[in-house]
Amino acid sequence: MARLNMVEAIDQALRQEMDRDDTVIVLGEDVGRDGGVFRVTDGLYERFGEDRVMDTPLAESGIVGFAIGMAIGGFKPVAEIQFSGFVYPAYDQLLSHAARFRTRTRGQRTVPMVVRMPYGGGIRALEHHSESMEAIFAHIPGLKVVIPADPYEAKGLLTSAIRDPDPVVFFEPARVYRAIKMDVPEEQYTLPIGEARVVREGADLTLIAWGAHVRTIKEAAERLAADKRCDVEVIDIRTIAPFDAATVVASVKKTGRAIIVHEAPQSGGFGAEISAQIMERAVLHLEAPVKRVAGFDTIPPLSKLEDLYQPSVDLVVDEVIATMEF
Amino acid sequence: MSMSQEQLLEMFRCMVKIREFENRAHEMFLAGELPGFLHLYLGEEAIAAGVTAALRTDDWVASSHRGHGHLIAKGGDIRLMMAEIFGRSTGYCKGKGGSMHIADLDLGILGANGIVGGGIPIATGAALACQYRGTDSVVVSFFGDAASNRGTFHEAVNMAAVWDLPVIFVCENNLYGVSTCQRDHMRITDVAERGAAYGIPGVVVDGNDVEAVYEATVTAVASARRGAGPTLLECKTWRHQGHFVGDPCAYRDPSEHEEWMAKDPILRGTRMLIERGFATKDAIARLTSEIKAEIEEAIEFGRSSPWPDVADLLTDVYSD
Repeated sequence: MARLNMVEAIDQALRQEMDRDDTVIVLGEDVGRDGGVFRVTDGLYERFGEDRVMDTPLAESGIVGFAIGMAIGGFKPVAEIQFSGFVYPAYDQLLSHAARFRTRTRGQRTVPMVVRMPYGGGIRALEHHSESMEAIFAHIPGLKVVIPADPYEAKGLLTSAIRDPDPVVFFEPARVYRAIKMDVPEEQYTLPIGEARVVREGADLTLIAWGAHVRTIKEAAERLAADKRCDVEVIDIRTIAPFDAATVVASVKKTGRAIIVHEAPQSGGFGAEISAQIMERAVLHLEAPVKRVAGFDTIPPLSKLEDLYQPSVDLVVDEVIATMEF
Repeated sequence: MSMSQEQLLEMFRCMVKIREFENRAHEMFLAGELPGFLHLYLGEEAIAAGVTAALRTDDWVASSHRGHGHLIAKGGDIRLMMAEIFGRSTGYCKGKGGSMHIADLDLGILGANGIVGGGIPIATGAALACQYRGTDSVVVSFFGDAASNRGTFHEAVNMAAVWDLPVIFVCENNLYGVSTCQRDHMRITDVAERGAAYGIPGVVVDGNDVEAVYEATVTAVASARRGAGPTLLECKTWRHQGHFVGDPCAYRDPSEHEEWMAKDPILRGTRMLIERGFATKDAIARLTSEIKAEIEEAIEFGRSSPWPDVADLLTDVYSD
C-alpha cells in the first residue's frame, strides 16, 4: 500500500482500468503527450499509446459529443475537461444527449462514459478555474454526479464510474489534488456510487459536505470535540446524484440538527435539496433549523477574497455552536 | 457508374415510402391525432434514399430533427415509428420520445435528434469506434444548412479530419433554417466550401436527383472505408412544407414553390424509370398502392397500441 495524493490515485485508477479493459479510452485537451495540465494522466500516453490516450482539439462540445458516439459504439471513453469552468459548451451534449440515450432506446442502450474534471476553489485561481457548479449537473435525470473527497475515494469511485453503465460526471476537487497523501491499496477496488459515508459518528449534530469540504467539516468536528463543545457526526456525500438521502435522514433523526457545507453559491445549490429532503422526512426530529454554510451568490473571487468566499473551519465551528444554542 | 434497374427501383420504392409516410403523418397531425411536433421530410426523399443505398447494414447514420426519411431509408420499422409518433408504448421509445428521438441501434440508427447539430459530434465519435475496431464501417451524419453554423459542426468536422475518421457529413441544404434563408445566415453559396477550411473534400450535388446523391455518396463512402477520411457532401434541396407542421411559410416566395415542385425527386424518379423502360406507369401505381397499404397497417398498429403505463414514467433513466 503506497501513500498517494489524489492526482496519483486517479492516474493509477485510470492505468489499472485501462490495463484491465481495453475498451477504456482517455481523451481530452493535453491529456496525452503532456499528461494533462494537472498531470492526472501522466504516463498513460507512454503506456497505452496515442490510440487510447487521445489529445483532442480544443473543442469541449466536440469532445463530449465524440465520447457519446464512442460509448454507443462500444467503448468506455473517459473524457477530461481541463477545468469544470470549461465544460459549459459541452453541457448541451451531456444534458440533451448523454443523459437521455437510455430513454430514447427503450432502455436497450446507454452511454457508459465518464467526464472528469477538476473543480472548486482553493488553488488561488480565478473564476472559471475555481467554480463549483455541481448542482446544475445533479439536476439532470440520467446523469450520475460523483465527487470524491480524498485519494482513496478518488481511486475507488473513479473505477466504479468507468464500469458504470450510465454516464458519470466526475468532479475532482482541485484543492485536494496534491494537498494530502493517504494509504491507497495498490490493487483495484470499487466504491459504491449512490452511497454516502459516515466519516465520524456523533450524537449532537450532523455536518454534511462533499469534495474538498469534507476535510473542513471533519476538522471542525474534531476541534469541537477537543474543546468538549459537542459531538458531531460527519457525512461525506460522495455522490450527489444519485443522492443517498437515507443515510442523511437516519443521521439527522439521531442528532436532531444538520448543517450542510458547500462552496457553491448558496441559492439553488445542492444543499437546498439536502435541506428539503431533511424537512420532508425528519422535520419532527429537528431541534433547530437546518443551516447551510455555502459560497456567496457571486462569481468566485480572486485569491484575496477567496478565503472569505470559501467555507472555513472557523465559520463552520461558529455555526455549529449557534445551532446547538438555538 | 450506372445503376441497375433493380437498384433504381429499390431507391424509388424507398422515396415513395417516405413520401407516403410523411403525407399521412401530416394529415394525422392536422387532424389532431399526433402529439408533439412534426418536421416533415417531404421533398428531400432523394437524399435519404440515395445516401443509404450506398451504405451497408453495419454502417451508421445519425439523423436530425427532420429524421423520418433517414430512419425509413436505413430500414427503420415503420410500425414502431408510427407507434412512437402516436406516443404509444409499443413505439421505438415506448411512446416517451416522439418524432425527434427515434433510434434503432441494431439497424445502425444512432437516432433522430431534437437539437440542431447535436448529432454531428456523436456521429464522429461513432466513426472513431468503427475505425478503432478495425472494421470498414462508416457513419453518415445528416444535418441541415443552418446546423453548419453551429460549433458542433465545426468541432466535429475538424476532429474527423485530423483523425481521418470514416464519416460522411451530409448537409441537406433546403435553403432555410426555420424561416431564415441561407443567404441571410451565411455568406457562402455552397456549404461544401466549408470542407476546405478543414482540409477535406467538399462536394455539391443535386439533392433531388437520387442517382446523383447515390453516386456522390459511393465515392465518399469508398474514401472513408479505405481510411482516407471524411467528406462533406452538400445536397441541394427544398422542403415542400414549412419547418414544422403548422408553419405558414410566409417567408418563402410562392414562385419558389412552383420552381421546386417541378424538381420534385419523386416526379423526376417516375419520369426517369419510365424513360429508361424500367417501370410502367401502372407498375408505379401498383407499387405506390402497396406502400400505402403498408403505411395504413403501420398507422393502425400505432393508433390501436396502448398508451404508456404510469409505471413507465420512471423507467429507462438509469441502469439500476
